[in-house]
Amino acid sequence: MKIADLTKTFGKITAVDAVSFSIDQPQMIGVIGPSGAGKSTLLRMINRLTDATRGSIQINDREILQLSGREKRRWQRDCAMIFQQFNLVPRLNVVTNVLMGRLNGHSTLKSLFSIFGRHMVDEALAALDRLGIADQALQRAETLSGGQQQRVAIARALMQQPKMVLADEPIASLDPLSAEKVMTALREIRDRDNLTVLCNLHTLDTARTYCDRVIGMLQGSIVFDDVPSKLTPSVVRDIYGADQELNESVTSTSIPGPVFIPEPMRIRKPALA
Amino acid sequence: MSLYAIQTEIMAMEKKRRLYSMAGIVLIAAVLISGYGLANDLNSGGFLTGMQQFFDYPSEIVKEAWAAGFSFFLVMGRFVPALVETLNIAGAASIVGGTLAVVLAFLGSANLGVKPPVVVTIVRRIMDIMRAFPELIIALFLIFILGSSPVPAMIAVAIHTAGALGKLFSEVNENADADPVEGLASCGATWLQRMRYGVLPQVLPNYLSYFMLRFEINVRASAILGFVGAGGIGMELRRTIGWGKGAGDETAALFMLLILSIFVIDQLSSFIRRRLVTGRDPE
Repeated sequence: MKIADLTKTFGKITAVDAVSFSIDQPQMIGVIGPSGAGKSTLLRMINRLTDATRGSIQINDREILQLSGREKRRWQRDCAMIFQQFNLVPRLNVVTNVLMGRLNGHSTLKSLFSIFGRHMVDEALAALDRLGIADQALQRAETLSGGQQQRVAIARALMQQPKMVLADEPIASLDPLSAEKVMTALREIRDRDNLTVLCNLHTLDTARTYCDRVIGMLQGSIVFDDVPSKLTPSVVRDIYGADQELNESVTSTSIPGPVFIPEPMRIRKPALA
Repeated sequence: MSLYAIQTEIMAMEKKRRLYSMAGIVLIAAVLISGYGLANDLNSGGFLTGMQQFFDYPSEIVKEAWAAGFSFFLVMGRFVPALVETLNIAGAASIVGGTLAVVLAFLGSANLGVKPPVVVTIVRRIMDIMRAFPELIIALFLIFILGSSPVPAMIAVAIHTAGALGKLFSEVNENADADPVEGLASCGATWLQRMRYGVLPQVLPNYLSYFMLRFEINVRASAILGFVGAGGIGMELRRTIGWGKGAGDETAALFMLLILSIFVIDQLSSFIRRRLVTGRDPE
């Protein structure tokens, strides 16, 4: 994937300013930077939720920004997106929310009457089981906690059978334990499904712990693009434009102790079909 | 800006707001008073003298109904077919008009990404026109073309329903949360799919209460249309009220049936809504 000169302006404000970078192999990339640096806009342009002002996004010599109609929607399915506010349908139950990941490719007429085949339901339940929330399958999404809802959103992303996953501040509104579960699940998509995960983050230690590569943005431009170990305090000060010492440990939400707590994988048959 | 300056500005805004409220109240009072004066001058009887006879007719009806004793219920039973006809007109009109209203509402909501955006304006104006004509006028016009039967009444009520419910539904749509819709867009869902799964589940409970309220209104509207020859309970009412004395028990029976059916609809409405909001079914 090659991104070149990607720019988005809102009136006089340039949210993303001539951003270029490429991804050669599946990796987990953290995008950091202060609020308003253009991180969200960057992700939204890749998913085509927001149209770019200019630039290009190429994958295997295919220009993503030129896609429209059916092809654009197909691309949106290929690059699943996870949001800070989960963006589930609150009044639908969990399994239906996961099935939404397959609306693309489902005939409109069929989906209007909510007809999903048994194999699709099985697949949705398997995705939920993988994230440890199959028990909640029949509850309405709105009754779940934030951390559970975000895992439903990840299950929906898996249901899309994506080629890459974008995550826009996936843990910004979660408590530390839920945040860890969500980040572990995202890392697992990188390791187990061998997919690229591009993730906007607010907390630097999260970026350091989970990511293979960190991109730092400031005022719409990329100011840092390297492995997390190169993220020294002086680099961090540059990215965040902080004058004085930036004390990370004050705002850190990580839980002391071993980081990769493996999610217990429950191996059993789906509860319902 | 200093804190003092902000304080002064807030006080000035508050003063202006109060002034506007006062002006509004004065204006409304003026309209009411002048309207009453105008009506009183135009009416032959005069409002205050007419007011004293206001309860004469109802008390007449109640007296006759009381005198009828148990046979009052038989009279009521005799009018059930007429009530069913009226409910049929109202029901069919609500369903036809309500279905059309859903389509109009989605096309007439500014926040749902309808393309091109001019469609929203056009659909809204169409709904305005549908609401502008009273059912009675449309019904009279249709009866003139199609002849006296329940069908013109049904069409007339349905047209008004589509316009009125369409407006209310689109306002509900515009209050819907955009996040779920965006979530579905990010999965590559089509516009129809986004509406079906992102918006509809959010708005359905409110649609239902507006729909049931409209059904109730339509029962009354259909009853009125009986007066102009659309059949049903209205036709019976016209006959009995026209006769005046002697048919009081029948008039009372008809009113009783109307009131009872409104009660039933109201209960039904709150029951269904409760199921929908708290129930376990996904939709």
